[in-house]
Amino acid sequence: MVVEAVVLVTALLLAVLRSLPGPVFFPIRALTVVYVDFFRGVPTILVILMLGQGIPALQLSWLPTDQIFWASVALVLVYTAYVSEVYRAGIESVHPSQEAAARSLGLTRAQALRHVVVPQAVRRVIPPLLNDFIGLQKDTALVSVLGIVEVLRQTQIDQAATFNGTYYLVAATLFVAITIPLARFTDWLVARDRRRQQAGRLA
Amino acid sequence: MSEALRMEDVHKSFGKLEVLRGIDLALEEHEVVCLIGASGSGKSTLLRCVNLLEPIDSGRIVVGGDEVTDRAVDVNRVRREIGIVFQAFNLFPHMTVLQNVTLGPRKARGRSKAEAVAEGDRLLTRFGLLDKRDEYPDRLSGGQQQRVAIVRALAMQPRLLLLDEVTSALDPELVAEVLDVIRELASGGMTMLIATHEMGFARDVARRVCFLHEGRILEEGPPDEIFSAPREERTQQFLQRIVAAGRM
Repeated sequence: MVVEAVVLVTALLLAVLRSLPGPVFFPIRALTVVYVDFFRGVPTILVILMLGQGIPALQLSWLPTDQIFWASVALVLVYTAYVSEVYRAGIESVHPSQEAAARSLGLTRAQALRHVVVPQAVRRVIPPLLNDFIGLQKDTALVSVLGIVEVLRQTQIDQAATFNGTYYLVAATLFVAITIPLARFTDWLVARDRRRQQAGRLA
Repeated sequence: MSEALRMEDVHKSFGKLEVLRGIDLALEEHEVVCLIGASGSGKSTLLRCVNLLEPIDSGRIVVGGDEVTDRAVDVNRVRREIGIVFQAFNLFPHMTVLQNVTLGPRKARGRSKAEAVAEGDRLLTRFGLLDKRDEYPDRLSGGQQQRVAIVRALAMQPRLLLLDEVTSALDPELVAEVLDVIRELASGGMTMLIATHEMGFARDVARRVCFLHEGRILEEGPPDEIFSAPREERTQQFLQRIVAAGRM
């Protein structure tokens, strides 16, 4: 899903900005904190309503009015906040001695982050990252409040037409059919990494 | 003989704890100097200050004629010229041995991949590690990991090598292979400042030994003098404890 790809990038950017050291970057750090506090604090459904109904209502000709677009933007904004915190935990879990080793070779701070800290951080946070993506996958159901016909909306329509409750079961199966392969894929990623780095140790 | 490193009245505190209380120390090129002293005497901090991993509070540090504690100095350029090997290896666990070794030359020195790999292979061969080049660090023994860490530092072709208790985290039977590498470097003329608890090693590799106590160099001299006839009472006490522990 496009939203997930965008979230992966924006959240990492936000996490890196928040980890910038020194008083010079205080305003940037403060902004990221405000952003995360706000979008984690406001219910997702409210953000979707604000953007999905509010922005088209402004009738600004240069802004797109497509509700699916704004619903996606809302999900990106909310999940970027969540995921950036996951990344940040990952970055902080990499021992400072790793950065020291990289810097001692003469790498700049940015290079140390890019080649040493972030790759290790991302590997460590794959499981919690998936957690958030499953949440995101399920929260797509919330965009139905805008009148967009997604799985849940379609189910309600069908159920109302036929009074047949099994439609809900079908919808649930659809969600699970997407999230379970995602979960197994993550398990495989983590296991592959572990195999590569530690196989000799077990012998 | 030109000067490789000079420290003048270097002070360093962590909060209220004064770790270095005026260090004066000079190394000539190709000289090997060992720092000995109890844990907490400031050996590691001293080394970390030299390559600016820790900013110092006052004093001067001059490496190869350039004052590195000058505020205007490019710390990354300074660190490229000074290698450091850590007690806990600090290899990058997500990279293979070869990637560990070539990261610095490629990213900090801007070498091409082919160039860096050729040089990396040459160094790994020299230290008997070529067959490990595509392994991840966790698959290696502690001794092999520490040798890789030394190769990683050497790949930057440093003018000065700092070794921070590089055998303290190793099983006893793995210590020798690492010390042999350092001996070879010493005989090859590498300038080294070595913090160590291995007194026997210090005795035969160092031209000079410095005894650190509470953030000062209390006594320094040729190893025979320090180990056989220490003048300071503190040095005598320290060496007696080492002997009592069966480490000399």
